[in-house]
Amino acid sequence: MKKRMKIVAGILLAGMIPAASAAASAEETSYTYNYDYWGDVQYSPDLYTVSKVFTSTELGLDVKMNNPGGLYVYNDLIYICDCGNNRIIELKRNSPEDLEVVRIIDSFEGVKEKNTFSNPTDIAISEEGCMFIADQGNARILKLDKDLNYLMQFDKPVDNTLDPAVAFQPKKIVIDTADRVYCIATGINKGLIKYEADGTFSGFVGATKVTYDWMDYIWKRLATQEQRAQMESFVPTEYDNIYMDYEGFIYAVTGAVTGADLRSGAADAVRKLNLMGNDILVRNGEWGMYGDLYVNGSGGGYEGPSYFTDVTVMEDDIFVCLDKNRGRLFGYDDQGRMVFAFGGNGNMDGYFRRPEAVEHIGHELYVLDAQDCAITTFVPTEFGNLVYSAVDLFDQGKYKESGETWEKVKAQNGNYDLAYIGIGRALLRQKQYKEAMEYFEVKYDAENYSKAYKQYRKQWVEDHIVWIIVVLLAVFLIPMLIGKIRSLKHEIDTDEFFELQKQNQN
Amino acid sequence: MIAAQTKTNTNHPRLRRYLDSLKFGLYCMTHPLDGFWDLTHEKRGTMAAANTILILALLVRILKLKYTSFIVMQVYWEDLNLFLYLASVLLPLGLWVIGNWGLTTLFDGKGRLGQVYMATCYALLPYPLIQFPLMILSNGFTKDEMDFYSVLSVLSLVYAVVLIIAAMGQIHEYGVGKNLLFTVATLFSMLVMIFLLMIFFSMVSQGVAYFISLGRELLFRM
Repeated sequence: MKKRMKIVAGILLAGMIPAASAAASAEETSYTYNYDYWGDVQYSPDLYTVSKVFTSTELGLDVKMNNPGGLYVYNDLIYICDCGNNRIIELKRNSPEDLEVVRIIDSFEGVKEKNTFSNPTDIAISEEGCMFIADQGNARILKLDKDLNYLMQFDKPVDNTLDPAVAFQPKKIVIDTADRVYCIATGINKGLIKYEADGTFSGFVGATKVTYDWMDYIWKRLATQEQRAQMESFVPTEYDNIYMDYEGFIYAVTGAVTGADLRSGAADAVRKLNLMGNDILVRNGEWGMYGDLYVNGSGGGYEGPSYFTDVTVMEDDIFVCLDKNRGRLFGYDDQGRMVFAFGGNGNMDGYFRRPEAVEHIGHELYVLDAQDCAITTFVPTEFGNLVYSAVDLFDQGKYKESGETWEKVKAQNGNYDLAYIGIGRALLRQKQYKEAMEYFEVKYDAENYSKAYKQYRKQWVEDHIVWIIVVLLAVFLIPMLIGKIRSLKHEIDTDEFFELQKQNQN
Repeated sequence: MIAAQTKTNTNHPRLRRYLDSLKFGLYCMTHPLDGFWDLTHEKRGTMAAANTILILALLVRILKLKYTSFIVMQVYWEDLNLFLYLASVLLPLGLWVIGNWGLTTLFDGKGRLGQVYMATCYALLPYPLIQFPLMILSNGFTKDEMDFYSVLSVLSLVYAVVLIIAAMGQIHEYGVGKNLLFTVATLFSMLVMIFLLMIFFSMVSQGVAYFISLGRELLFRM
């Protein structure tokens, strides 16, 4: 009976295999991918799947969204800056499939005039619930309480390096736990504008590195004063967006850099700034954190490197950058290794036309598309959840469980470098050095391999110390003994006593 | 019975000479001036030993791909062509030998083509002798300790280059100045040969392409 079952199952399987392989070959490229050690594209199972796309209609808005630009998450509330309609929409997330409009903020109390917004580009909310709104058209950053009463405003910084004739255009803001405001303003490239909680301007932080071409530099050297004035000057690039993570570090992204600068490391697409404005992002990955590695040519009409327009940082230090050039999302872990890349330009769900902002709640991702005027919600798949739980377990110090979870990840995607390195790191923490070394070697992780090997070598020497000493002694003593015996023999052979004896015998 | 006897008799001295000449490579390594003079003038070197050293060098180069620690050598196996990989040694070697002989023979160099080849191969000996143990040792190092590896690795190449230059001076009976001058001139002649080869191949391929297209055209018209 059992045998017959097997045969039936075999026939069934045989029937299914061609069908399955035909389905697999029909899809040539995968939605999600990653780069391996060599920088080759490795297709991957999806880490995220679209839960729902919310347009103005789905949200039940009377006035359709017009060029929305900013997205902010505060607990389970999502704020959309509807720049074109001069309003901010507050949504409540009941579930990824259910976003509900709570209120529409288009004016506030407490001042007589100018109590509406003009092109509000960003919003941030403090722990007490005070709203900070970048009111770009009115050249101010507003601070309102949670019932929309005016508290104060931040104006153009008083600094003699800024041209007084140029209007102040705050673009993106973040606030820290002490209500200090960090702001990106259009046309100001000295870094982030930092205000104290009382509204005083306290300086610029974290300007990007200045990059220049050697040829331009030589030309500039040769040029006269007048010619030089006409040339483009070497200035830092402006940031495109900032995000304050749960630890108070500011992640800043910029897209206005060239592919050559990104590849050579002269410019960064994403930086992590500490309070001093220094970049402290860990870059242990094999490849730079600038999205797509291969951008030569103009495939599909998109040229140039990935243009990071927004970034969001999850609680496990995995951060997701949004590329508005090709409509893709790139996730990186705390070591700077790529976790995933997915997306594209198009009209289907999960593809974008002009994505502007990304936010997260837990591990869900919310992407705002300015041209489609829609929010796409992404939820992690089973595979995505496995990856996240492996990372989280490792962070919690549960190395054994983390290793086991990475094994499951590897079973689903054998081309995933992070899984091998994850297993290796888990084994390393469990002091299984030899096994760990094998996993690191497979994925060419020299740094971690050396860590494991150092311990393994130490252990090996300690275990075999007796034999090592015996061998060393043997190497030194045996030749010495042989020499000694030979000289002794020589002495005996040539000794007068024996010579005499020989003579006597003769 | 007699045949076997004569065979061992004739084989034995040849084998002995071969082994002696192979061992003489070590003497050349440590006493380059004296060694390379005797190599040709005293006929201490043999072609068989020179070929052996070259084959050893190539063998070590191939073994290194697989057995060197991945920390210093990562091999993209998908793109590896073993013949091209070996050609990266053999082609410069061939160009060097021909270029050097071609030049020095015009400027009273005493070495013949075979002798230039033999001396150059003998001078390659440090490469297998240093690289092989280093390959095994590299697996015992961590990333921070790999400086040791890279220093020795570079040393083996520098050693070989120094030996080649010394060898050329001795077999052609050149002084130091003339020797260095002809080393540079040989390098230049190698570039010229590469240039000519490239022109030759592109001309030939264009010529062939012309006749192929002509033939196609004819077939279409007929």
